Amino acid sequence: MSQQPDVAARRPTLANRLPAFLFPRLNPVALTGVIIAIFLIGFLIFPVLQVIHVAFQNPSSGTLTLQNFGDFFATSLFRESFVNSFYVSAVSVVVATIIALPLAYITTRFNFGGSMLIQSLGFIPLIMPPFVGAVAMQLIFGRNGTINLLLRDRFGISIPFMEGLNGVILVQSIHYFPFILINLSASLRNIDRSMEEAAQNLGAHGLRLFRRIVFPLATPGYVAGAALVFIKVFDDLGTPLLLNVNNMLAPQAYLRITSVGISDPMGYVISVILVAFSILSLWASFLVMRGKDYATVQKGGGGLAKRDLAPREKVMAYAVVFFILSLVLSPHLGLLLLSLSTIWSFAPLPDGYTLANYARMWESSQGYVANTLLYAGIAATLDVILGTAIAYIVLRTGIAGRKWLDYLATAALAVPGVVLGIGYLRTFQSVDVPFIDKPLASWWVIIAIALTIRRLPYALRACMAALQQVSLALEEAAESLGATKMRTIRKIVVPLMSGGILAGFVTSFATASVELSATIMLVSAERDSPLAYGIYLFMQTPSGRGAGAALGILAVVIVAIGTILSQIIIERDKKMRTSGREH
Amino acid sequence: MQNDMVQSGLAGIEIRDLHLSFGPTKVLTGVNLTIRPGEFFAFLGPSGSGKSTLLRAIAGFGPRPQGEISIGGRDVAGLPPWQRDVGMVFQSYALWPHMSVRENVAFGLRERKAAPAEIRRRVGDALDLVGLSHLADRMPNQLSGGQQQRIALARTVVIEPKVLLLDEPLSNLDAGLRVQMRRELLALQRKLGLTTIFVTHDQEEANTTSDRMAVLDGGVIQQVGTPQELYDNPVNLFVARFLGTANILEGRVERAGDGVRFVSLSGEAIQLSSAATGTGAIVLRPQNISLTARSTPTTLPGTVRHCEFLGSQMRYLVECAGTEMVVDKPHRSGDQVFLPETQVKLDINAADAVFLADGR
Ligand SMILES: Nc1ncnc2c1ncn2[C@@H]1O[C@H](COP(=O)(O)OP(=O)(O)O)[C@@H](O)[C@H]1O
Ligand SMILES: [Mg+2]
Repeated sequence: MSQQPDVAARRPTLANRLPAFLFPRLNPVALTGVIIAIFLIGFLIFPVLQVIHVAFQNPSSGTLTLQNFGDFFATSLFRESFVNSFYVSAVSVVVATIIALPLAYITTRFNFGGSMLIQSLGFIPLIMPPFVGAVAMQLIFGRNGTINLLLRDRFGISIPFMEGLNGVILVQSIHYFPFILINLSASLRNIDRSMEEAAQNLGAHGLRLFRRIVFPLATPGYVAGAALVFIKVFDDLGTPLLLNVNNMLAPQAYLRITSVGISDPMGYVISVILVAFSILSLWASFLVMRGKDYATVQKGGGGLAKRDLAPREKVMAYAVVFFILSLVLSPHLGLLLLSLSTIWSFAPLPDGYTLANYARMWESSQGYVANTLLYAGIAATLDVILGTAIAYIVLRTGIAGRKWLDYLATAALAVPGVVLGIGYLRTFQSVDVPFIDKPLASWWVIIAIALTIRRLPYALRACMAALQQVSLALEEAAESLGATKMRTIRKIVVPLMSGGILAGFVTSFATASVELSATIMLVSAERDSPLAYGIYLFMQTPSGRGAGAALGILAVVIVAIGTILSQIIIERDKKMRTSGREH
Repeated sequence: MQNDMVQSGLAGIEIRDLHLSFGPTKVLTGVNLTIRPGEFFAFLGPSGSGKSTLLRAIAGFGPRPQGEISIGGRDVAGLPPWQRDVGMVFQSYALWPHMSVRENVAFGLRERKAAPAEIRRRVGDALDLVGLSHLADRMPNQLSGGQQQRIALARTVVIEPKVLLLDEPLSNLDAGLRVQMRRELLALQRKLGLTTIFVTHDQEEANTTSDRMAVLDGGVIQQVGTPQELYDNPVNLFVARFLGTANILEGRVERAGDGVRFVSLSGEAIQLSSAATGTGAIVLRPQNISLTARSTPTTLPGTVRHCEFLGSQMRYLVECAGTEMVVDKPHRSGDQVFLPETQVKLDINAADAVFLADGR
């Protein structure tokens, strides 16, 4: 056995004697990389470039021009939409900061019993797509919602929480503030106590200490969170659509394409603006983060000094936390109430309670649920396969250009769902699927692919993290015992990554199952609709709201289970690795 | 295939003119080495000297080197690690946390498609060999460091590799266990008769275990030989300094009458028995110098600067010929002690002084 490979290695074959560039040595790993690159270029880069190209093209003659942008800014509706989108995003960041700052401050600076509560409840908004809660928010905060009815009753006043852009701002900031909370708390926790003590030792204290030391050290984390909120709000389509706020960029793009048609250049111009802003905010947060890895915690350190609260302060702290959390949980409560109500209109609370909505939802939504399981299942499976392969190629091989696979996959972060949807419509309208007799753009598979691309950056991060946990020596040990590269990947690498891969799968699945923005562009028949689109359809009519809310609750439950599962998997995995260390 | 494995214990390793670099950084230069079948061989050198890189090149890991490596007469330079039949034990043990001890040990046999009954028997034998059969169904994270080490060893020897490579296998163990494992390792190697290379930066480990060793520095092999040869006859100052304590006196060796004598830079002279002459340095081991009060042709004058009582011996720091020399004297009760600032004579046995001409 041992003599065979030797002979093969010595005797030069024809291919060995020809110059190497004629036969690029495509081992299975490199081949996989090439296939992935083709997939990413075909379904992400090309469609987006196509969108950008069309935006700069004269619709009739096809020549390159800036005319479309001129037309865009000459139209008052578009100018207004542009300003509105910017305004809504910026104000949402401010409101989200106002919500997140006290929570982060209280949990990281004080010994506060409610910290755990904040840590867990603070993340709840993320398990519900914002558009799902939008209708419920209207019932609570709207002109004729619970709060305003009570206010009008008692004090004769009403507050326009949900009027026009205010509604979008409220819904978005309540939904997305956890991004700021997570990042800001993490930076605050990473500041070593000695940093603060050194400043105190040198004479700084109180507000000055906060301004000079704590705030600068926490800034990168804050900016990263704020940039994320800004992009998410800027790109979001579902929330404004459901609140019937159409004078913003994403809804305008959607409406132009669906009403005027796919050859109307305005949708493409808006897409370019959306992408440009996404890249700009990602770049800004990259600039701020670069070279400022302020994880200063040293051995035995562990975060800023925490102090006990005086009784009076404790009451205040609880009051603030209680107020914020009830605000944050209101969409969920509202949705739950709505799903259980007979009629809820012009009243602080529903008229009566029933389970009929769930029955109705179940009868009419099985198709949605089945489609969602199918699409999200395909997307999550593809995501972890692509993620694992890219992670392996990037981290463990020397293949030229391997970094570009990472960049390509991560580029999806800068592409809003609406833009991807428009790109697919434009690119794949003319590509016919063999044997189906349909363009690829209206085949259900394209929805699954869009979801795959959209969730890939997150799955890739999960897979990279999982692979980084696997020490290289574990692979080398297998190879020296006789396992080939491929066998080593199968028997050692993938099993050891399985915890991380599974967690990535579950997260991708859960978030893909409630994704609306790309889906809404690509659903060509109600038969092909997933759950998120179903909720959207239900919510269009007052009579469908109950069932829509029930479907929304189902979505929240799916995402919540997914999130909890992935946490459990990650924890269990960590235990398997570390319990043997203390010898 | 089975016959193959019975024979596999007796393979030597030949390395010819090996060069290796990581990108622009040259890490190994002109390595030539013959390791005899069945030998326990050590790579010794300071951290960063290229020991691991050389060991990994033999196993087939790392960048592809220029030059020849053959194992048991077979050129392996172009072969991937899985075709080399080389057993490697990693510094971190690299036990797979998702497999039980038994599965870990069985892995290599499964890869070789051995029959289930044979796998069971040989895994049992290997675990017996390291005395851990009772832990077969544990997971690696339920084992202590020493147990993990033995399992890693069992996992490697079970495939009966042609050679066994050990990269600092004892460095993750605490001091007491290290000595014990060192002995076990040697006993196991003798029992299996496996050609073994052992990487260490600890000269005591290399001295106590190896038949022969190679001292590396800066990616170049400085000297190869038995531990005693290297200690007694270092070929250059690096080897002299790296193995034990060395006193280095610079100067020149010149003819004087029938014999030769060494004249230090500061002008003191002693008789030597060296055949070579020229400028360079002589290397003196602390225990080969004795302190006396009388002056003879084989003594140099000095002043005691410091003395330390180490139990079995007294260690003196003596200023002599412009440098500080370490002198060790076995301690017996009632011995005379030379207190600091005492004028003494350092008596040097001509046969114990090793002369190294300049540039070595
Ligand atoms: N993957 C690598 N890339 C670049 N340089 C390396 C790499 N591995 C080792 N080196 C360099 O090669 C030299 C020898 O390393 P190594 O063989 O690990 O030394 P030793 O095992 O003797 O401590 C060191 O200078 C180290 O910096
Ligand atoms: Mg090393």
